[in-house]
Amino acid sequence: MKSAWSRIVALFTSLRLTVVLLVLSILLVFAATLDQVHLGVWGVQEKYFRSFFVYARISGTNVSVPIFPAGYLLGWVLLINLMAAHFYRFRFGWRKCGIWLTHAGLILLLIGEGLSGMMQQDNQMRIDVGQTRRYTESFRETELAVTNTANPGFDEVVSIPFERLDQPEPIQHPKMPFAVRTVAYYPNASMRMRSQLSNPPPAVATAGDGTGMVVQPLPVTYKDNENNWPTAYIELVGPEGSLGTYLVSTMLVEPQVLSFQGRSWSLVLRPKRDYLPFAVTLKKFTHDVYPGTDIPKDFASTIHLKSDDGQADREVRIYMNNPLRYGGRAFYQAGYDNNDRTSVLQVVRNPSWQIPYLSCAMIAVGLVIEFSMHLFGFFSRRKTEPEAVMS
Amino acid sequence: MKKYLPLAVLVLALACVAATFLPQRNRGAFDLAAFGRLPVLADGRIKPLDTIARTGLLMIQGRQRLVAADGKTSVSPEEWLLDVFYRPEVSDGYPCFRIDNADVLSLFSLTAASGQVRFSFSQLQAGLQDLDHQAELASAVEAPVRSAFQRAVIELRDHVEYYQRLKFSAQAPDGADLFATLKDAAALKAARPGFEAMDTFSPLRLIPPSRAGGRTDEWRNAGRALLAASSPAEVDPQVRAYAALGKAWRGFQPEAFNPVVRALGDELTERFNPAMRRCALEDLFNRAEPFYTSLVLYVAAFLLAAASWLKWPDSLGRSAFYVMGVAFALATAGILSRMWLEGRPPVTNLYSSALFIGWGSVALCLVLEQIHRNAVASAAGSLIGFGTLVIAHHLSLSGDTMEMMRAVLDSNFWLSTHVVTVTAGYASTFLAGFLAIIYILRGVLTRSLDRATADALTRMVYGIVCFATFFSFIGTVLGGIWADQSWGRFWGWDPKENGALIIVLWNAVILHCRWAGIVKQRGLMALAVFGNIVTSWSWFGTNMLGVGLHSYGFTNAAFYGLIAFVASQLALIALSAVPQDKWRSLRP
Repeated sequence: MKSAWSRIVALFTSLRLTVVLLVLSILLVFAATLDQVHLGVWGVQEKYFRSFFVYARISGTNVSVPIFPAGYLLGWVLLINLMAAHFYRFRFGWRKCGIWLTHAGLILLLIGEGLSGMMQQDNQMRIDVGQTRRYTESFRETELAVTNTANPGFDEVVSIPFERLDQPEPIQHPKMPFAVRTVAYYPNASMRMRSQLSNPPPAVATAGDGTGMVVQPLPVTYKDNENNWPTAYIELVGPEGSLGTYLVSTMLVEPQVLSFQGRSWSLVLRPKRDYLPFAVTLKKFTHDVYPGTDIPKDFASTIHLKSDDGQADREVRIYMNNPLRYGGRAFYQAGYDNNDRTSVLQVVRNPSWQIPYLSCAMIAVGLVIEFSMHLFGFFSRRKTEPEAVMS
Repeated sequence: MKKYLPLAVLVLALACVAATFLPQRNRGAFDLAAFGRLPVLADGRIKPLDTIARTGLLMIQGRQRLVAADGKTSVSPEEWLLDVFYRPEVSDGYPCFRIDNADVLSLFSLTAASGQVRFSFSQLQAGLQDLDHQAELASAVEAPVRSAFQRAVIELRDHVEYYQRLKFSAQAPDGADLFATLKDAAALKAARPGFEAMDTFSPLRLIPPSRAGGRTDEWRNAGRALLAASSPAEVDPQVRAYAALGKAWRGFQPEAFNPVVRALGDELTERFNPAMRRCALEDLFNRAEPFYTSLVLYVAAFLLAAASWLKWPDSLGRSAFYVMGVAFALATAGILSRMWLEGRPPVTNLYSSALFIGWGSVALCLVLEQIHRNAVASAAGSLIGFGTLVIAHHLSLSGDTMEMMRAVLDSNFWLSTHVVTVTAGYASTFLAGFLAIIYILRGVLTRSLDRATADALTRMVYGIVCFATFFSFIGTVLGGIWADQSWGRFWGWDPKENGALIIVLWNAVILHCRWAGIVKQRGLMALAVFGNIVTSWSWFGTNMLGVGLHSYGFTNAAFYGLIAFVASQLALIALSAVPQDKWRSLRP
C-alpha cells in the first residue's frame, strides 16, 4: 500500500511529468492555432482549452472519442504536479526563493485564468451619437424577453436564457400568466418569406410575425465573421389552452405584441442584456485617419456617465488603449458603424482581472532572482578558478 | 604580421563604412541629390522624394537599381521618378515591372525569353484590361486561399496602378507644357480637367501649406493646389517651381533645373526646418544603405571566425570580433535613425522586428565573445545578423518600411515594452539555437571542438536559454497586459500570442529537461536547435495563417523559406543524434 502511494507521489512530484505536460501543452496550443483557420477563435477555445479532452469524430459515424488531453486536464495536472513537487521535494531556503516565487506566480496565473474563464462576461454596447443606454448586450448569449408593457412608467421583463428552450418542460414564472412551451429549437437558422417560395411547407406559427415565414435550420458556425441566428417556435399556454404558436428569432428585431387578460405583452428573442446601475450617453464620436491615407489613427467616444445614486456625473473620453473602468466593468473602444454615427464599445466584467498582473509580477521577480544567482555564481566561479571555465 | 592583423582589419572595415557616407556626386549635370531631398507627404508621413523613388522601384521591380531597355544605361531612382513625373513616354519604356508568374506573362502574350523577368509599361499596355479583369476575379477570393496566379495578378495590378497614379503627381501626363499654361489665364481654365485628374489620382502630396508650421493634413497634391488657382497670379509658387523643373527636365537644361531645385530646397528648409532635417537624414540613410553594408560585414566576420578555428585562433578571432563590432555599430546607427525618423520604438512591424532580432542577438554575442574568447559567439552572431538582414531585405519589397501605426498599435509605451521584450526573447532563443548548431557541426564534422570549447558552449547555450525564458515570458505577459488594457482580455488565444506562449513553454522544457537530468550536452544542443523551429514558427508561421489580430505582413515567398528552414533544423537535430563515437570531435 505504502509503495503504491509513494509511487503516486513520485509520479506527481517528478520533473519528468512536468516536461511531458509542457510538451503536451505545446502540441495542444500548436494544434489549436492551426485549427483556428477552420474553427475560428471561439470554436477553438471551446474545443481545445475549455474542456478536459479534445474529441474527434470517427469518420462515418456520430461517435466522438477523446484523442488528446485538453486545457482543463493539462492545467489541473500541471497544478497538482507543481504543488506536489513543492510540498514533497523542495525545501524552503533562500537559494530556492526565486524558484518558489516563480512557481507560486505560475499557480496563481493558472488559477486566475480558470477564474476568468468562469466569471468573465464579454458584452458590447452599440450606441448612436446622442443616444442614452442603460444596458449592455452579450456577444453570444441570447435571451427570450417576455415583457409586461401594461405599466406606463416601467416594464416588467421575464428573461429566459435561450438554451433553456432546448428542454421539453414548459417554462412557468410567477410574473407570467401563461407558460412557454418549446415547439422547435434551432441554435442557428435562416428565414424566408412563404410568399417567395413556390411550394412552401405548412406554417408552424399560428400567431405573430412568424405566420408568413419558413425556417431553414443551419449548423452552428464558429467563424469570426459569421453570426449564428438563434431561432425557435414557442407556444404560449394559458389556463384555458393555447394562445398560439409564435416564431421568435434574433432576426426578428421588433418585439411581437399580444394581449392577454386585458394586459399587453411583448415577445422578443434578443442578445442577453446586462442592465447597468448607471446611464451612458454618447456625446461625440471621432474617427481620425493619417492624412492622405485610410489608415486609422484614432477612434474616440466622448460619453457622459451618470449613475443612479448620483455619485458619478461626468464626461469621459474612451479611446484606443484607454478604457473606462467603472462599476466593476471596463468599457473599451471596439469599433464603429453607420458612417461614424454609431460607436461600438466592448464591455468586460471580470472580477479577477487583476490576478494576472500580480502573478506575472511574481514570476518576473522570481526569474530575475533565479537567473541572477546563476549569473553571479558563474562569475564568482570564474574568478576563483579561471582555468576551469575559460577555454 | 599576425599581431597587427586585427587592427588592420578594423581599419579596413571602418574605411568601408566611411566610404558609404561620402556625399553623393551627381553623375550628370543635373542636381539630382537636391531633387531627392525635396519633401512630400505620402502614406501619412513627410518623406524625401528619394524614398518615394527607391521604395517605388523596390516595390514594382524588386530592386532599386534600374537598367534602361537597352540593357546598358543605368537609371538612378531620381532619374526614374523625374521621368515618371515629366516624361512618362520615356519611363513607360523602362523594363521595371517584375513578373515571375508564367501564367501572368501569358496574359500579355509575353514569354520570359532568355530569363527576362522585368517588363516595361509599354509592353504591358495591350493586356491591361485583361489584367484588371483577372485581378477583379481574384479579389473576390479570400486572401488566405488565393492561388499563386491570383496573388500575382493582384500584385501586378496594384503595381501598375501605383505607377499610373505616380504619373499624375507633378503635372498631367498629357504632354502639355504646364509651365506655359500657368502663365495664361485661358489655358489655365482649359486645363482644369487635367488638374482634376491629378487631384484624384496622385498619391503624393507635393505642395506644403503656404504658411510656415502648417498642419500635416494641410499638405496638398499638385492637382488640388492647381484647382485652387483661378488666375495665373494665384498659382502656388511651389506648383510653379515643379512646373519649371519639368520644363527644364524635358528640355535637358540642367542650367535651368539646378537653380530652381536648390531654391525650392532652401526655401522649404527655412519654413519646415524639423521636417526637412528628417528628410535630409532619411536621404542620407537611403544612400548609405547601412543595413546592406553591415550585411556584407557580417559575412566577413563569419568567414574570419570560421577561419580562426583552423589557423591563428587569436588574431583571426579578434579580427572577426572587430568586424562584427563595426557591423553592429552601423546597424545600431541605422536602427537609431529609423527610430528618430519615425518617432517610435525600434520595433513597429515585421521588417523592423527582423532588424531588431539581429541586433539583439549580435549584442549578446559581443558580450559572450568577451567572456569566452573562442570566436564561437562571433560566428553565431554574424550568422544571425546576416540572416536577419537578408530576411529584412525581402520584407522591404512590399513598400515603405516606415509605415504609420494603426490606431490600436498607436502606443509608444506598449510598443517599446511588449514588442521590444518579446523580440529580445526571439533573438535570444535564436542565438541559443545557432550556438547549438555550431556545437553540432563542429563536433560531428570537424576535429576542432575540444572539451573546453564544448563545455564553454554548453554554458553559453544554457545561459542564453535562461535569458530567452525570461525575455519571452516577460514579453508575452506584457502583450497580455496590453491586450487587457486595450480590449479587455488578458489572453485571447490569437495565433501570435500562442506562438509566443510556445516559445516560453519550449524554453521551460529545455530548462526542466536539464534540471531533471533528462538531457546532457548533446540533448541540450538538439533541444536548442528545435528552439529555432519554434521561434521561426512564432515569428513568421503564425502570420501565414492569415487569421487573428497580428496577421500583418503576410508574405508568400516566406512560406517556402520557412519550410526549408524547418527542414534544415530537423536535419541538424538528426545529425546531433549521430552516436558520439562517430563524431570527429569529443570521442569518448
